[in-house]
Amino acid sequence: MSKRHVLSIAGVNKTFGGLKALTDINLNIEEGKTHAIIGPNGAGKSTLLNTCIGRLKPDNGTITFEGTDLTGGNMTPHGINQLGVSRVFQTPEIFPDLTLLQNVMIPAFAKRDGAFSFNIFKGLREEKQLRDEAMHLLEDFEMQNLAHVHAGSLSRGNKRRLELAMCLIQHPKLLLLDEPTAGMARHDTNRTIDLLKKIKERGMTKVIIEHDMHVVFSLADRISVLAQGAIIAEGTPDEIKGHPKVREAYLGTAEI
Amino acid sequence: MQSIVESSRTRDTFTLLIFIAVVLTAPIWGEFIGAGYPDLLQKFAIFGLFAIGYNILFGLTGYLSFGHAAFLGVGSYATVWSFKLLSMNAIPAVIFAVALSAIFAVVIGYLSLRRSGIYFSILTLAFAQMSYNMAYSVLTPITNGETGLQLKSSDPRVLDAALGVEPQAVPLADLFGITLNGYAGFYFCAAILILGFWLSMKIFRSPFGMKLVAIKSNQTRMEFTGFSPRPYLLTAFVISGVYAGLAGSLMAIVDPLAGAERMQWTASGEVVLMTILGGVGTLFGPILGAATIKYFENIFSAINNQVLESAYSFMPEWLSDIAILLTRPFVGEGWHLMLGVLFMAIIIFLPGGIIEGVRRIGGIFKKSKQIEEDA
Ligand SMILES: Nc1ncnc2c1ncn2[C@@H]1O[C@H](COP(=O)(O)OP(=O)(O)O)[C@@H](O)[C@H]1O
Ligand SMILES: [Mg+2]
Repeated sequence: MSKRHVLSIAGVNKTFGGLKALTDINLNIEEGKTHAIIGPNGAGKSTLLNTCIGRLKPDNGTITFEGTDLTGGNMTPHGINQLGVSRVFQTPEIFPDLTLLQNVMIPAFAKRDGAFSFNIFKGLREEKQLRDEAMHLLEDFEMQNLAHVHAGSLSRGNKRRLELAMCLIQHPKLLLLDEPTAGMARHDTNRTIDLLKKIKERGMTKVIIEHDMHVVFSLADRISVLAQGAIIAEGTPDEIKGHPKVREAYLGTAEI
Repeated sequence: MQSIVESSRTRDTFTLLIFIAVVLTAPIWGEFIGAGYPDLLQKFAIFGLFAIGYNILFGLTGYLSFGHAAFLGVGSYATVWSFKLLSMNAIPAVIFAVALSAIFAVVIGYLSLRRSGIYFSILTLAFAQMSYNMAYSVLTPITNGETGLQLKSSDPRVLDAALGVEPQAVPLADLFGITLNGYAGFYFCAAILILGFWLSMKIFRSPFGMKLVAIKSNQTRMEFTGFSPRPYLLTAFVISGVYAGLAGSLMAIVDPLAGAERMQWTASGEVVLMTILGGVGTLFGPILGAATIKYFENIFSAINNQVLESAYSFMPEWLSDIAILLTRPFVGEGWHLMLGVLFMAIIIFLPGGIIEGVRRIGGIFKKSKQIEEDA
């Protein structure tokens, strides 16, 4: 059985002033798998994702995505996205002044036309295929009725779901999810899990940060536990459930 | 905010036709509002074009340039030089102005766009003031300094000379034999205004325009979605710079001279006011704002004591004295005070500009129609 690593994080450190946010992180994400990262608030989970998408430069160590070093000097956030990495942020990053349909079309344009393209003679209306694709995705999210509403007026939970749709339309090779269900009602959480399961069946590689253990254990193939900037345990969901160090550091305070 | 409106092709064509009709009939409807003379109508068209272009940068991307008058100046100087060296024909003059203002915009835009927000605004202001001061000092051989660049009958005009065109005593711009002053000048400006409006509409309806608004809306998301914002911003900057250069060129076409005051920061500020007054980020707002300001400037700046006295002549003398005392500061040379009051009133009561007022009135109309239909 050959395991292909889509993302390899090796020896990554990151400090903020005196604060050690990440200490010697080593992590391999296998193709087609869902890898969950759990850990208490302030453990460094979001910081880890930030180093993967070019928002932060690690102090040292390397992050390789399909053979490309993401920490290189000429790597830009848009360059990393163009390689096939999309991310859902902890605080939703959407386009509040645009409609939901436009919000979903923008990433589709990035995927199709690249980091820059200038053509003003083919109107938005004439982009039939792309519009339809965006509309279908909104239907999958049961948000088609909101297609022409400005995204700024959405509830927090819906903003999250919209952001997920914006990532999915790019069919990324690697999807990074930072607490995708935080602030969602139970009903919406379940719908999101179903959606994420569906894409798992399609074979998309995912890294998911999540507090909700119900979500973690229903989605993850592997789990890494982060505490105070270091990985203290890694394994299958069953291994993690029984891990004494994990129970002590993290799970002891959360309901399973 | 309603920048990028999804609209059907037929509706857009209809809008464009209405726009063309309104512009071409300006000499007729202008008559009814006391604007029926070519000088003022030319100003409507020229500043309308300036504002439409400015709006592509400021309205869509949110980047507030405070130096667009520099391109106005460049366009004017380029045009007068084309008149001096090549020909009194407007076509080479316009082409030269467009090319030169585009080059200027690439350089200034490239440097200014290294920063955003207030720093971007200050950089553009600095570049424009630099151009203005240079036009007065070291660039005097090109700009003719304080006197301004003027035409002489002794200018070479090589193209005209080669084609055997008779030199005029007082050279005026022309278009293959049609002298571009008066209403002919207005219609030349109008044609370019229509072209500029059409292009702006294309941008508003295109993925490119939507991406500009997306940058304004959330630049972070844009980057992590795979877009490089810089080239988009630079393209928008250059497009709006070229519109400004074109407007400057038209100023010199209808009145063949160019002076450095065209580049002053007050001129840069004026286009900001026009755009905001009319409605930032809307298709029609900027041109409405430009026309409104030029229209009121024309009316209020012409009012002097005599006009006021005759207007208040129905009052007893002591009352008309008080009335004059109160209104005098707002008219004549003081008309900018009037503009300030108007501007503040719009910002406070109609933050979306005049176009929002129009929409609200339209909304009331629609609603009452709805009620009628329901009944
Ligand atoms: N940009 C930053 N500048 C300074 N400190 C930061 C920054 N980002 C995160 N931190 C700090 O790093 C630590 C880890 O934060 P974070 O990665 O957001 O944790 P988590 O996502 O696991 O809750 C926290 O102490 C946080 O305050
Ligand atoms: Mg976090």
